[in-house]
Amino acid sequence: MEQLLMAGGTIVIGVFGCVAYFFLSNLILDTLLPPRGADAGRNIARAAQIRPWLFLMPAVLLLAVYLVYPVFVSVWYSFHDSSGQTYVGFDNYSWLVSDSKFRESMRNNILWLLVVPAASTFFGLIAAALTDRIRWGNFAKAMIFMPMAISFVGASVIWKFIYDYRGDGQTEIGMLNAIWVSLGGQPQTWLTLEPGNSFMLMIVLIWIQTGFAMVILSAALRGIPEETVEAAILDGASPLQIFARIKVPQIWGTIAVVWTTITITVLKVFDIVLAMTNGQWGTQVLANLMFDWMFRGNDTGRASVVALVIMLMVTPIMIWNIRNARKEMR
Amino acid sequence: MDNIAGTKSSLVWAVHLATAALVLLWVLPTIGLLVSSFRDRDQITTSGWWRSLFPAEQNIVYRAGDADTQRQDGPLWVIDGNVFDGAGGEVTAFGVNSRAPAAFAPGAEADLKDGVKLAVQSNGDYRLTAPAQFEGRSPRIFVSSVSPPRFTLDNYRRVMFAEGLGRAFLNTMTVTIPATIIPILIAAFAAYALAWMEFPGRALLIAAVVGLLVVPLQMALIPLLKLHNQLGIGKEYIGIWLAHSGFGLPLAIYLLRNYMVGLPREIIESARVDGATDFQIFLKIILPLSFPALASFAIFQFLWTWNDLLVATVFLGNNPDQLVMTGLLRELMGSKGGEWEILAASAFVSIAVPLIVFFAMQKYLVRGLLAGSVK
Repeated sequence: MEQLLMAGGTIVIGVFGCVAYFFLSNLILDTLLPPRGADAGRNIARAAQIRPWLFLMPAVLLLAVYLVYPVFVSVWYSFHDSSGQTYVGFDNYSWLVSDSKFRESMRNNILWLLVVPAASTFFGLIAAALTDRIRWGNFAKAMIFMPMAISFVGASVIWKFIYDYRGDGQTEIGMLNAIWVSLGGQPQTWLTLEPGNSFMLMIVLIWIQTGFAMVILSAALRGIPEETVEAAILDGASPLQIFARIKVPQIWGTIAVVWTTITITVLKVFDIVLAMTNGQWGTQVLANLMFDWMFRGNDTGRASVVALVIMLMVTPIMIWNIRNARKEMR
Repeated sequence: MDNIAGTKSSLVWAVHLATAALVLLWVLPTIGLLVSSFRDRDQITTSGWWRSLFPAEQNIVYRAGDADTQRQDGPLWVIDGNVFDGAGGEVTAFGVNSRAPAAFAPGAEADLKDGVKLAVQSNGDYRLTAPAQFEGRSPRIFVSSVSPPRFTLDNYRRVMFAEGLGRAFLNTMTVTIPATIIPILIAAFAAYALAWMEFPGRALLIAAVVGLLVVPLQMALIPLLKLHNQLGIGKEYIGIWLAHSGFGLPLAIYLLRNYMVGLPREIIESARVDGATDFQIFLKIILPLSFPALASFAIFQFLWTWNDLLVATVFLGNNPDQLVMTGLLRELMGSKGGEWEILAASAFVSIAVPLIVFFAMQKYLVRGLLAGSVK
């Protein structure tokens, strides 16, 4: 309870502090460069140059410390040993390329990158196309969208229960094994069976991300000009043709955005692997490998190298986003 | 789209069915765990959750009450009671030995040896009568029964108090609330400057924010943990509040700036002409008008901080005072892997709040998603 009071106190202090900072800094600026008197014109111009930075200062500071500074420090650590003290040149990098766990992680990450964005976008597109046509579509959307609100760890519990294995003639309580047995199969320990187990983990993320893809794509589908669809109907196109040949080509841009957004999520996927297999049985991924070296291996050098690899994989998307954003501002 | 010419009714049915199948596929996993969280361990391990919604057929072997519970009723000695011990159910058949456990219909009277008679009613009441006093062990009663679905709240009681989830819930709240509110204010001021103030370097800053949107958290962990340790806030709430604020800022600035740029220019310029300062314009015009964008970001940040495991694991300790729900859930997955009643109930406590927020504020969430990714 006292903790919540502390949190409440922090909110009040934080909010009050923020407002006080903005208010006082503005006040000081106005007193130092009063917008009246003999130099009014010059003062106003000068104050207008300074004021934006007063507004931006806290944000820029936080961004610099929490997102920019770490990139450089990580590069620095990547050239140092496990404790971050001694310079070791490219040792960590040469360790990386020869490490079998890293190769396994890379292979899995690439698999994830191929499967999850494709499957989520595909299911999202189908869900969007279906739900836009029926009256209870909004309810259906909410249901498919719901996993977005569930934490990755919560989702892991939900899905681990589905993959549960009893064996030894006991009743199977995991849905997958129950279905498998009723179809005549032998119960399986799905999460330890390579290479299928990685796909079992991917299903969890697909389950979460499909709702996101659906929401965005559904909005894009609704934005398609009616005339193009009407013209296709007059030409005798079937509903399937309309969807595949008229609607989808018009939303390629949005599909690309959805795809890249999910790609970024996939590159950072961590909780699901940690909670369900902890990278055992050939399911390791980069983010969990990095976490492993950071906490269990206590090796800042190696952990930093792995983090840099993730950063490197995100960079093309980052550049693409920046270019798009700049194009749009012009 | 209902009235499109050429849409055949068979296709409409196919759409309904396909949607229903998709929805079912998407909610079943969650429902499975939700149902399981209301069952006790025996129920979970002996039958799949999908059976729990229907009456369960069971065969019970019940030993009639002890000889010292007997009483005299006229010339007869009687032992009576209920084979369900009050739990409820319906007897479909009963028997007096294991060779014919379903020999008698409910309400019938079975003859045991020495003039002992047994009658079992369909509600489970049994009555054992004998001409002489009962001695020694009472006979067994074999009952085939159908019991209604049975659910319990015990799992929730146990995880909240015995497993420390109640405390973890408070810890999660402690992390989440400031980590949601602090970045909003900071981002709002910055977004206003980036949207409506002219200064050199503005375009560059906006590009930087867009770039920082995708920087992976993994990059930041080691350097920041070291920094926090040097500052002495390595395992403190203040550290995680700052970390979440920093990580949430790019999205906050990006969303809010995009929204503010779209506000009508005339309002702001007429306010400027009337002599309002930027500070006044921001506080009295921009902030109230930006409410939808603020709400969108608040929901994002709330869901993200509430559901986060990585940042909490790195920047907070795992003692009971600081362990958040996702962290506890992960620990339980390791230590109580087979105890699904505990895991299920804990998982649902931890996802209940985000789900409520999600369903209550879905409109803003969707709006934010659209603003945040469609360009």
